[in-house]
Amino acid sequence: MPKKKITKSVYLKWYEDMLFWRKFEDKAAALYIQQKIRGFLHLYNGQEAVLAGSLLAMEKGDKMITAYRNHVQPIGMGVDPKKIMAELMGKVTGTSEGNGGSMHMFSKEHHFYGGHGIVGGQIPLGAGLAFADKYAGRKNVTLCYMGDGAVRQGSFHETMNLAMLWNLPVVFVIENNGYAMGTSVARTANHTDIWKLGLGYEMPCAPVDGMDPVKVYDAMYEAIDRARNEGGPTLLEVRTYRYKGHSMSDAQHYRTKDEVAEYQKKDPITIVLDVIKDKKYASKKEIEEIDDRVKELVNECVEFGEESDFPDASNIYAHVYKQEDYPFIKNH
Amino acid sequence: MSRVIQFREAVAEAMSEEMRRDENIYLMGEEVAEYNGAYKASKGMLDEFGPKRVIDTPIAELGFAGVGVGSAMNGLRPIIEFMTFNFSLVAIDQIINNAAKMYQMSGGQFNIPITFRGPTASAGQLGATHSQAFENWYANTPGLKVVVPSTPYDVKGLLKSAIRDDDPVLVMESEQMYGDKGEVPEEEYTLEIGKANIRREGKDVTIVSFGKIIKEALKAAEELEKEDISCEVIDLRTVRPIDYDTIIQSVKKTNRMVFLEEAWPLGSIATEVSFVVQREAFDFLDAPIRRLTTTDTPMAYAPTLVDAFLPNAKQVIDAVKGVMYIS
Repeated sequence: MPKKKITKSVYLKWYEDMLFWRKFEDKAAALYIQQKIRGFLHLYNGQEAVLAGSLLAMEKGDKMITAYRNHVQPIGMGVDPKKIMAELMGKVTGTSEGNGGSMHMFSKEHHFYGGHGIVGGQIPLGAGLAFADKYAGRKNVTLCYMGDGAVRQGSFHETMNLAMLWNLPVVFVIENNGYAMGTSVARTANHTDIWKLGLGYEMPCAPVDGMDPVKVYDAMYEAIDRARNEGGPTLLEVRTYRYKGHSMSDAQHYRTKDEVAEYQKKDPITIVLDVIKDKKYASKKEIEEIDDRVKELVNECVEFGEESDFPDASNIYAHVYKQEDYPFIKNH
Repeated sequence: MSRVIQFREAVAEAMSEEMRRDENIYLMGEEVAEYNGAYKASKGMLDEFGPKRVIDTPIAELGFAGVGVGSAMNGLRPIIEFMTFNFSLVAIDQIINNAAKMYQMSGGQFNIPITFRGPTASAGQLGATHSQAFENWYANTPGLKVVVPSTPYDVKGLLKSAIRDDDPVLVMESEQMYGDKGEVPEEEYTLEIGKANIRREGKDVTIVSFGKIIKEALKAAEELEKEDISCEVIDLRTVRPIDYDTIIQSVKKTNRMVFLEEAWPLGSIATEVSFVVQREAFDFLDAPIRRLTTTDTPMAYAPTLVDAFLPNAKQVIDAVKGVMYIS
């Protein structure tokens, strides 16, 4: 597929999508404080340009897999956001019928392969998805995301090697938001240019400005195109920033408010909105209409989640084995 | 028609027959292709199926186990070989957190039809790290099935069922069994996962075991026969799920049970089965159940220490006489 032009409609879609993701996460945070969402909750605020730029570069049948900061990616891939909100609330109408929760979103229909709670555990899975596409002769590409913390796991390094050895159609995307929970990148290795880890495997690799969706698209387009044309994997270090804590319970003593404010100046949504205003892609009224639509949709999601039921207790046995008559041991 | 073949040949036949049946099945592991398997259990398969489907890996169990699980999420049915399950420990996150849990975490969207196989437990003087039995560890985890065959006939039938299973199955073999010979039918057959096999019928004592150590139970039963003590030897074949019914029916007949297992005692399969038997057949027991496991230590190198570590036929004989109150 030829490279796309970043047109008015792309900008307007980016603005609406990213704003929706931001407001969805903000609402999730509010619901967490109200204890309507439980467990751990990791928010994507600040990192939206990474997803927006990636989605534009993907084609039908391409796959996505990521770690536990994973609420809005499936929405971007086409999943009904109401189902994501329901899953966050543990409701039976959720994407995993209340079995997964915040860290484990999945959609087979929309090629979103999770949603994984163990840091780095999803990296070989991403290579495996690509392995299967190559095995079956499908021309699809897998986008395998991870945080900066995950690159210190052995699973990352084993997978880099295997993906190159087998020339797999996969793009490894490190969303470097500066912190592995509370530990800055500089405190996890003797170097901070994470993308250079690709050099040891002779994997094409580069740093990318993750606050601008256009720059993300450019880098993703090149990497996906290479993978689709049997050129093998790419490692991209997309430099981004999360505004919220690692999870909701994070007091963020490891960074200053000034640092957060500095990044908010180059907020991806603001960057896109500025272009829309500069180029007069939308009037003030049209922008307000988008804002209203977003607010409305978020409210619909909450309403859907609140009105849905929790799964029946008997569902605990429903999806442990595909075998329908598996003889579970029961207390007696 | 039946013929006598080696255990390793039965393993290769099972995998090859299934791979001929279904293009989506592939074999991946260390030395499985060009070397024909570290224990020659995939001999000839590279020649037949080519490098696309019989795949050598670098020494990266975590990486290739995860690739296997990921490929199973996307339509394939991998057979992942561990050179020994002792090495599966570096891949255990992929087995426990990903293979076993994906189906539930995804609300039933992604089942993982994968087979992990290879030898388990001790195999001579290999020292502590190469001599561990993790059947009970894996059997503890919901989402997995764990098969431990003890004969060429069993491994062929059970491995074929494992490969066809839509859930993740571990098939745990033994380096010391690959050369074992046994009758295996020429005709195709499968054995149901989760069904025990009565290897020897008897009326005085029930001996339950699985895997290669069951040979010690069979030896003991042979010896005891000479003293007119009749042992029923049950081969569990599968340790998740466990066929409790076969054991309980047997204990209700013999009223006595000895469990033989190559594993550490705490939290062993023997412990679990003993619980269920006391719960289900308490009034039928004429003596406390006896459990024979390895010593509660890592295995060590010297031959005397290996002998001290492993349970043996003599201990089984003593335990059987113990539960019969024969001194």
